[in-house]
Amino acid sequence: MISIRNIDYDIAGKAILRDVSLDMPKHGVTALIGPNGAGKSTLLSLIARLLPLQHGRVTVDGHDIATCDTAALARILAILPQIQDAAPRLSVSDLVAFGRYPHSRGRLTDQDGAIIDAALAAFQLTDLRNRALDTLSGGQRQNALLAMIFAQGTDYLLLDEPLNNLDIAASRRLMAQLRGLADEQGRTVVIVLHDINYALAYADHLVVLAEGRVAAMGNPEEVVTDDLINRIYGTDAAVINHNNRRIVDVGP
Amino acid sequence: MRSRPVAVLCVVLLLCAVLYMTLGAKGAWSFVIPFRAGKLAGLVLVAVAISTATVLFQTVSGNRILTPSIMGFDALYSLLLTGLVFFLGAQATIQLPPMALFGLNTGLLMLGAVLLFGTLIAQTRGDLLRMILTGIIFATLFRSLTAFWQRMIDPNEFQVIQVASYARFNRIDTDLLPLASVLCLGAIALVWHRRRQWDVLALGHDAATNLGLRVRLETVFALLLVAVLVSVSTALVGPVAFLGLLVVSLARLVDGSETHARLLPIAALISGITLVGGQLALERVFALSTPLSVVVDLLGGLFFFFLLLKGRSR
Repeated sequence: MISIRNIDYDIAGKAILRDVSLDMPKHGVTALIGPNGAGKSTLLSLIARLLPLQHGRVTVDGHDIATCDTAALARILAILPQIQDAAPRLSVSDLVAFGRYPHSRGRLTDQDGAIIDAALAAFQLTDLRNRALDTLSGGQRQNALLAMIFAQGTDYLLLDEPLNNLDIAASRRLMAQLRGLADEQGRTVVIVLHDINYALAYADHLVVLAEGRVAAMGNPEEVVTDDLINRIYGTDAAVINHNNRRIVDVGP
Repeated sequence: MRSRPVAVLCVVLLLCAVLYMTLGAKGAWSFVIPFRAGKLAGLVLVAVAISTATVLFQTVSGNRILTPSIMGFDALYSLLLTGLVFFLGAQATIQLPPMALFGLNTGLLMLGAVLLFGTLIAQTRGDLLRMILTGIIFATLFRSLTAFWQRMIDPNEFQVIQVASYARFNRIDTDLLPLASVLCLGAIALVWHRRRQWDVLALGHDAATNLGLRVRLETVFALLLVAVLVSVSTALVGPVAFLGLLVVSLARLVDGSETHARLLPIAALISGITLVGGQLALERVFALSTPLSVVVDLLGGLFFFFLLLKGRSR
């Protein structure tokens, strides 16, 4: 379980997060939604210790992220990082191999090799394994990074808007893969999403942030209503039922 | 055949070294060999120190154009030395053994490097333009302050610092060689031991943190090592602006992989060939008509422009 207590976060005197306290259940997919500037990415970065905590406390499976060994945390929790143009000539398989660093400190074993191959195969990268990162498309590069944290083999996976560079087929494939990780391997996925429909279709648990505070959380089917969308986003898209599933109708 | 470039470079460096030791020797071998061996050892030490410092600095700053010299590391070394002479005075400085002065100066440079460049890298990582500008301003400030202090001090004291202000490969300060070798080899051994960490650090702050690296700590450690290596090379031969950039860029052309396990030795070998081969050519062929540093800086400077114009900065 990821448990977050009383987090405040300011950037240059401007409040980004205010008194955020919540628990993200272990196993399953938790989606984080909210309007632009609600503090979703900041919250994710704080959980993954990419930003230093200013106030409050975060624990992952009981480990306080401020005090526990960062190398040990890297074996429990992984975040999809942004590395747009760092190391452009790195090959795909070398990048994915970095995912094993927390376990083998760069001395790859046969078992690591097998995990890397499996990660490459899971993200359709086997044919591209020797290509340099700067020769790939945005979506392929994103897949390479996903394969890297997949190979990291952590119980917790944090993803910040991973669907941004992907078309609908790749988006659905990725969401199905994350669903599979949660259902078959019992992993915990926390994902920032822009499209509420993906959250409704794939998430078990929903956290809605607005203006740096938790506006709502719970079962997506119950949380997402006409009223919530109107209140949080200030637009009057209707939530409709289709084949027993809720969908946000974005039409006028 | 991934080890072939390394083998070829080894052979070329060995050839340069043998020629440097033997070509045009007049007089007793018992004098020539130790005399030239000292200079050769100095050249190789400087070559490896500069290439290693440059690779490491490029890793922590996340770009391929900046080097410790461009950011003013060796200018800071000269400044600190001048400051020591200025504040301690001639008597104290002369009474200090050269090794103590060197040790003191190295310590101060390590402190300065972490304070100045540690904060700079934390704030501007990824912002190449701001980093280049800040580096140029730093380097100019350090050089101006050095020149100012040098004008104010006694001409006799000036001699002490003069040697730290000009690049000179002909008169390597072989008195310092034992201490410099120990420091330099120690630093290089540490860099090599942590080569896999540097690979991770090169991915950037977020990716390295995700993989469990303490990025801030590793960056400070890398800067300390860079400061030691720059001290060694500056104390032995003075500042050489563009050697590091030239040899590390060439090394990246020779080997496309991004791993430090390959980049560090290849850059060191190319650096050794450039200095030993260059000094060989200038001493024996051109009869010392041009200092080596001028040639290296000319080529390196042109290369710097080429890299900037090509825009392949990162």
